Amino acid sequence: MQITVNGTSHEVTAAPDTPLLWVLRDELNLTGSKYGCGVGVCGACSVLLDGLAARSCQTLLADVGEAQIITIEGLASPDALHAVQQAWLQHQVAQCGYCQSGQIIQAVALLKEIPQPTDAEIDTAMAGNLCRCGTYPRIRAAIHDAALRLAVTP
Amino acid sequence: MSRLATIARRSFLIGSVAILGGVAFGTYAYRKPWPNPLLGGEDAALTPYVLIDATGVTIIAPRAEMGQGVHTTLAALVAEEMDLPWDQVRVIHGPASKAYFNAAVLEEGVPFAPTDTGWMAESLRKAMQVPGKLLGLQITGGSSSTPDAYEKMRAAGAVARVALIGAAARRLGLDAAVLKTEGGAVVAPDGTRLSYIELATEAASVPLPDTPPLKPRAEWKLLGTSLPRPDMPGKITGAAQFTADLRLSGMLFGTVRCNPGLGAPMKSYDATAALAMPGVVQVVEVENGVAVLARSTWEAFSAANAITFDWAPAAYPADTAAMLAAVDAAFDADRLDSRSRDDGDVEAALTVGDIFEAQYSVPYLAHATMEPMCAAALLTDGHLQVWTGTQLPTQILKEGAALTGLPVEAIEVHTMLMGGGFGRRAEMDVARQAITVAKAVEGTPVLLTWSREEDTTHDVYRPMAKARLRARVEAGKVAAFDLHLAAPSVIASQVGRLGYSVPGPDSSIVQGAWEQPYDFTNHRVTGYRVPAGVPVGSWRAVGASQNGFFHESAVDELAHLAGVDPLEFRLAHISHEPSRKVLEAVGRMSHWGAAPIEGRARGLAFSLSFGVPVAEVIEIEQTTVGIRLIAAFAAVDVGTALDPGIIEAQVQGGMVFGLSAAIMGEISFAQGRAQQSNFTDYDALRLPQCPPISVTILENGDRIRGIGEPGLPPAAPALANAIFALTGQRIRDLPLNKSIAFA
Repeated sequence: MQITVNGTSHEVTAAPDTPLLWVLRDELNLTGSKYGCGVGVCGACSVLLDGLAARSCQTLLADVGEAQIITIEGLASPDALHAVQQAWLQHQVAQCGYCQSGQIIQAVALLKEIPQPTDAEIDTAMAGNLCRCGTYPRIRAAIHDAALRLAVTP
Repeated sequence: MSRLATIARRSFLIGSVAILGGVAFGTYAYRKPWPNPLLGGEDAALTPYVLIDATGVTIIAPRAEMGQGVHTTLAALVAEEMDLPWDQVRVIHGPASKAYFNAAVLEEGVPFAPTDTGWMAESLRKAMQVPGKLLGLQITGGSSSTPDAYEKMRAAGAVARVALIGAAARRLGLDAAVLKTEGGAVVAPDGTRLSYIELATEAASVPLPDTPPLKPRAEWKLLGTSLPRPDMPGKITGAAQFTADLRLSGMLFGTVRCNPGLGAPMKSYDATAALAMPGVVQVVEVENGVAVLARSTWEAFSAANAITFDWAPAAYPADTAAMLAAVDAAFDADRLDSRSRDDGDVEAALTVGDIFEAQYSVPYLAHATMEPMCAAALLTDGHLQVWTGTQLPTQILKEGAALTGLPVEAIEVHTMLMGGGFGRRAEMDVARQAITVAKAVEGTPVLLTWSREEDTTHDVYRPMAKARLRARVEAGKVAAFDLHLAAPSVIASQVGRLGYSVPGPDSSIVQGAWEQPYDFTNHRVTGYRVPAGVPVGSWRAVGASQNGFFHESAVDELAHLAGVDPLEFRLAHISHEPSRKVLEAVGRMSHWGAAPIEGRARGLAFSLSFGVPVAEVIEIEQTTVGIRLIAAFAAVDVGTALDPGIIEAQVQGGMVFGLSAAIMGEISFAQGRAQQSNFTDYDALRLPQCPPISVTILENGDRIRGIGEPGLPPAAPALANAIFALTGQRIRDLPLNKSIAFA
């Protein structure tokens, strides 16, 4: 089966009912997307599917089709971090870091849909991404910061 | 090959024996340092914290990074003394070695309040460092990393600096006194710069002082500032490598399924169907269960679901009601564990007047780290390697030797970044399983990842515990305070699993209660040991996690009973100056004196744990769908604040962890099994529920303290006290959402 991840087409051999998360991690060795719950409630496995945030643990390989998959590894361009990543760096958001790939992916999808989100819109968009270290206050600040960065250089 | 092994082969180490040994204690065994693990021999003459090779300076962090930022702060201690530019600092986990013993972690066990700095208390604290060293206990926990490292890692940097200056002086034919260091180089008066890299070889032979001079605080450039964390870029790009991200040639991916009756054996199993599934390679028996090995983790997960088991029942009571009954039954002279505080005459003081009585309870809690338990191992040619995020790497050497029969010299532990620790990764279970499986498939590397369900149902839980209070107030003050606390011993359970036993009372049963700096006239705190049952372990803030709730709910009740403002009430009973200062600070931050707007209320709590006084205020409002947290405030005193940004993050994180447990955390049992299994039924605070959290850091304490845990204990009582202030409903049993709805 062919899938396109971070702009590169890959021939993968996993069974069609394999969740995308495990194809990424165990077959393509793209380990930035994390396993947290396996049932789509923690968000650590989030990837972009044609620009929308999706839980890769709930996305079967057979359902990916020709969708463009972007993982955390594919977010930055060769010469610069994505604006969301820059904001995360500026606000020193991550603690243990395990959920942060998913948090960043979710924030990228949010800002694509709503370029200048309110706190309430951030709350709604990020509610599915669990963090046990308690980085939420800095995530909020970083999303507002990223929105400003994107407004300056979209 | 690991970065460390690569460096160790082709690089120089500089430093001195003096910094690790010989400070105050005088016994030979204590003075003799452990061999430096970076040299692989008996030569103990070099510091194990600084490596210089052709590519730069690498600092070895002897404590594990679980998100608390310890690599940043420990590296900064060394970099400050070496005048290293921060952007050139590299930091890695050290190998498992007794050289990285933690002297500070056992201090919390001494029977003196952290506020007691008298001769006896200080002597005993120092004496407790000796077993820490003799055991070579390389542990990350107890909010002890920074206090433990504060002197020795600055000394490691200072010694390295002296050696590098000495080498430059020799080469330039100048007096060392005229040379300076800056930007990772030694600089001569004429402007000549010699980089540390080019001086490292010569520096190794420079004679060194026993006690290198340390920079005065006024000259600090890195310490005291919020530094960018060296682990941050990897964590925001997906490059950071956690255990499950390890990929070795020929690696098999596996998972385990063990008896949900914790500690009980597996009677039999049938893996016929599982072995016929695609990708499945082998099923290996491990302690109380099996591991399934496959070509991918998903195939292993799927196959594990297809195995049928016959489990033996667990030895502890079958359900939550029976467990609660066991806790209730422990309030008895036969189960007395400690009475560390008994001021005045409580019995006499409680024979007169109106006696206030209340009872509080907390449930079992899981750690629920975002990264489920995970370990990798490879046994090949008489050499065992283990990769795992661990708070206790030296213990893995011991476990590995016991399981394989190999000498510890043939075992290597690679400490990986942890996707959350919170005390869970001081346990040996997953490492033991990985070693057992590696032995069964010798020559093949194996990576075991627990499912979330296995992780939630096979934790070493924060114990269920109860408190009973009898008290009396008189003229606005506490006339008698008699607090009885019952919990199983975390220390006995945890240390027992490591093969040790600790005699005497368990201070964690009364931690966060007996040593609180309240001066009540008649004041007694009694601990009772509930018989061992469900395996329990260290959970962020340990005993203070429940006792903070009990104690500060009780104090709040007494304040209301006395008709005194809760902040004034606490100040009226606390003379310990740093504690008063955090209370006053949080009062200012939260505008405590001003009435909250209609429909809102604030709650206050104070707790001193791990030596850090912390006061917190939480403001809430009633909405149509339940209680909403509007704002949170914390004032903490760490004595010396090395990195304000990291301290703020730890306090925020501790509060979120504590509020998650307070609002919704509960592991219940039925038929001997934990009833919750995933974030669907064991959830935690989400971003919409998390209020803005303001943190003020004070430095009035007499010594430097760690901050990984102290932010947690006041969070639950501050919220419960706010709920009382808003609704008049006093909730004495956690989680709160069993009694009131949250938005």
